[in-house]
Amino acid sequence: MADPIPSQLACFHCGTPISGTPPYSAEIDGEKQPMCCPGCQFVAEAIAGEGLAHYYQYRTQQALKPDQKKSLVNDYTVYDRQALQTQLVKQLADGQYHVSLSIEGITCAACIWLLEKHLSQLQGVVQASVNLTTHRAFIQYQPEQLKLSEIMQHIAYIGYLPHPFSMDKQQQLAQQEYRKSIRRLAIAGIGTMQVMMYAIALYAGALQGMEDSYRDFIRWVSFLLATPVVFYAAQPFFKAAWRDVKARHLSMDFPVATAIGAAYTASTWAMLTGTGEVYFDSVCMFTFFLLVSRFLEMRARHHTTQHGSGLLKLLPDKATRVDSGQEQTIAAIEVEKGYTLRIKPGEPIPADGVITQGRTTCNEVMLTGEYLPVTKQVNDTVLAGTLNVEHAIDIQVTATGQTTRLAHIVSLLEQAQQQKPLIAQLADRVASHFVSAVILIAIGVYSYWSQHTPDDAFWITLAVLVVTCPCALSLATPTALTAATGKLYQQGILITGSRVLESLTHVNHIVFDKTGTLTEGRLTLEQVIPTSKTLSADAILDYVAALEAHSEHPIAKTFAERTTPIRAQNVTNHPGYGIEGSIAYPLTNMHSKRIESQAEQRYRVGKPAFICSWLNIPLLEPPEPTGQWLLFASRKEVLGWIKLADTLRPDSAHTISGLHQQNMQLSLLSGDQSLVVKRVAESLSISSWQANMTPEDKLAQLKTLQKQGENVLMVGDGINDVPVLAAANVSASLGCGSDLAKNTSDIVLLNNQLSSLLTVFDTAKQTRNTIRANLIWALSYNIVALPLAACGIIQPWMAAIGMASSSLLVVANALRLTRTTSSLNVSTAQAQPSQIPPLETVP
Amino acid sequence: MDIIYLLMPLALIFVAVAVWAFFWAVDDGQYDDLESPSHSILFDQEPSAQKTTTSISTSENKAND
Repeated sequence: MADPIPSQLACFHCGTPISGTPPYSAEIDGEKQPMCCPGCQFVAEAIAGEGLAHYYQYRTQQALKPDQKKSLVNDYTVYDRQALQTQLVKQLADGQYHVSLSIEGITCAACIWLLEKHLSQLQGVVQASVNLTTHRAFIQYQPEQLKLSEIMQHIAYIGYLPHPFSMDKQQQLAQQEYRKSIRRLAIAGIGTMQVMMYAIALYAGALQGMEDSYRDFIRWVSFLLATPVVFYAAQPFFKAAWRDVKARHLSMDFPVATAIGAAYTASTWAMLTGTGEVYFDSVCMFTFFLLVSRFLEMRARHHTTQHGSGLLKLLPDKATRVDSGQEQTIAAIEVEKGYTLRIKPGEPIPADGVITQGRTTCNEVMLTGEYLPVTKQVNDTVLAGTLNVEHAIDIQVTATGQTTRLAHIVSLLEQAQQQKPLIAQLADRVASHFVSAVILIAIGVYSYWSQHTPDDAFWITLAVLVVTCPCALSLATPTALTAATGKLYQQGILITGSRVLESLTHVNHIVFDKTGTLTEGRLTLEQVIPTSKTLSADAILDYVAALEAHSEHPIAKTFAERTTPIRAQNVTNHPGYGIEGSIAYPLTNMHSKRIESQAEQRYRVGKPAFICSWLNIPLLEPPEPTGQWLLFASRKEVLGWIKLADTLRPDSAHTISGLHQQNMQLSLLSGDQSLVVKRVAESLSISSWQANMTPEDKLAQLKTLQKQGENVLMVGDGINDVPVLAAANVSASLGCGSDLAKNTSDIVLLNNQLSSLLTVFDTAKQTRNTIRANLIWALSYNIVALPLAACGIIQPWMAAIGMASSSLLVVANALRLTRTTSSLNVSTAQAQPSQIPPLETVP
Repeated sequence: MDIIYLLMPLALIFVAVAVWAFFWAVDDGQYDDLESPSHSILFDQEPSAQKTTTSISTSENKAND
């Protein structure tokens, strides 16, 4: 991918825009390339030094910005401890070790190549392979030449973060399910090809004449091939049908299983008695088509859950245990309830606990979506996965691993997902009525013919069953949905359930949950107003950037992109208020003359109240009521105002006007302060908005809307949206939100472009039209063919050919969906150069 | 035509072997990642060779346009 904003300089490694001259650079393929930070520089040099620089040519996504501390300083030696080695490493018979690691930071296939190349160049590595779907590395190595910690260190060198991998139950089940369905697919596919081939011989024989002995032999061979297809590949349909019977609710699986079972039994009977027709080919083909569509659907579903667990990524590798006054580093997976842990500023918290010492602020964005830190003091609870921002604290562990709040929320999500009411059971209900009707008709036909011509009765009844086999009917919907889902996935839009697209066409009201779905979701510098003549706006920014370089606070990140020639000294953080320090100048600096006279001058930047009390002046009001204002001052005077604000996503306006054109009702429900919400809503002409809402308020508001008969699509990004997202008719979340949030929603915009909503609606409409066309075709075919078959006009073999071609027609119609790239998509793609996901959200 | 009594069972044996081989491949994890191998084969080319092929393909595209 080229630079997203060609006119502006961007880091060659991670794509972060750089203002001014690049602070760092690295030589790649003989050319100096700009780098935004020492982390990127180091990683890029490491990659180039290994001779792996053409990673940069092949990649299709920018690399994630490496976490400087983790890449350069992180020490993995804790994993070499004997107690942990037995847990993590599998010893092979020949003395080699085998380890699985979960790797964070993989963005595209080039990452896989880079990792595999880099690892296999290491002395002692026998084999290294990395899985792009699961982000997992399998490494086989010689323990006497290489330690586990060294392998992990090497992965960190090139900008990825390794975690010890332990497969949780859900992932294990997912993998089993995946492998099983691939096997089923293979059996059905190979079986279909073979049986179809023999079926052609049988059809030809029926037309030209064939000796019965040959015919029976070919039937036997077909039978042998079809049997595993029915008993192994089609097993899920039979199981589901049996479940339907027990639950006394017929779904589409029941007619499918009946059709497969009846056609197979009848064919076997025909083969044994040497009469009638065999339908082994139809049985196999039908099974295969249905399995393909289910397999693709399953793959889309797994995609969200398989990416290493979200839990693992939020938790740190190791923890510092305080045991009778002694600090000891242990691996995070060793932490137990009751331990006292010391958490340094900037470190994520490894387990739930209560603060026993210290006062700090915690960033809980991963759990609540709130990106400003929350103040925590002694006896406050801190949660695993959140980030300690400002000061070291000691905590007493109250819960670890699966018992943490984080794990609890994750399991709640899974439940919410399963309990979600499915609106579109209509097709199933129609099918179950249809099946009951067909069975009644078949019984009627059989009893009629058995009175008139008993010899023909069975075959006529079979023709009725085959002709009315709801194959096309049951393929009509899933194939269209699969085709649409696949097409959307290629565009970075993940649909997590098969019914989402159907439900989407009923949506008439879109609720944006929190302003962060319409804005970038991070603070950017908007305005600087100098209040004295001492310093210009640029100089103020240099000073503030120097001070903020010492802070981990999200506000500080706003200034991180700025390269300042100045360095700050003796900096103290005042959590929740601001930051104070003195400034040191390089001699060549342009401000130097003035500054020398002011050596040891202290400066503060922070909340107005914090500054004004320092200067003993009455509280100053910000120049404008909206936005977040910081005050910057020296000991003598106030120097200037700095305005921080959340900017709109570049495609928000385009998307909102597009949705307006489709006559959607739009509203914005936000937990933010009303001025911010008002500004966002007004700039996008969203007329209905409410601010200061708690999740409960949002839920209540949503229920009111639904009572008024609205079909609501909820667009959110954080995990605290869960109840709201689950209650909405359809939910969507943006890819940049926390990983956990991805699990809840029906639609995940992985590409993080709001404008994808338009594409989704567009595709949903096309899909509905295709499904309608398919259903109309399938039903009318059945309605025309049924009376003919019941009168005994249609031979069973004709019925089989009719059924097969009807199914193929439906599949072909559905596949058209993958091809239609509507003009709308093209225009949105052009309007919006693809964006890099924000880099800093999850530290 | 009697040959089909030999050829068809033979075909069945081939199918059985193919299925066995496929199951082995699935158990070996070869189907766990269906995305990256299709790309990685391209990455192993020398950088210079890659450059020339891309330039050829772009000029071809232009010619087609």
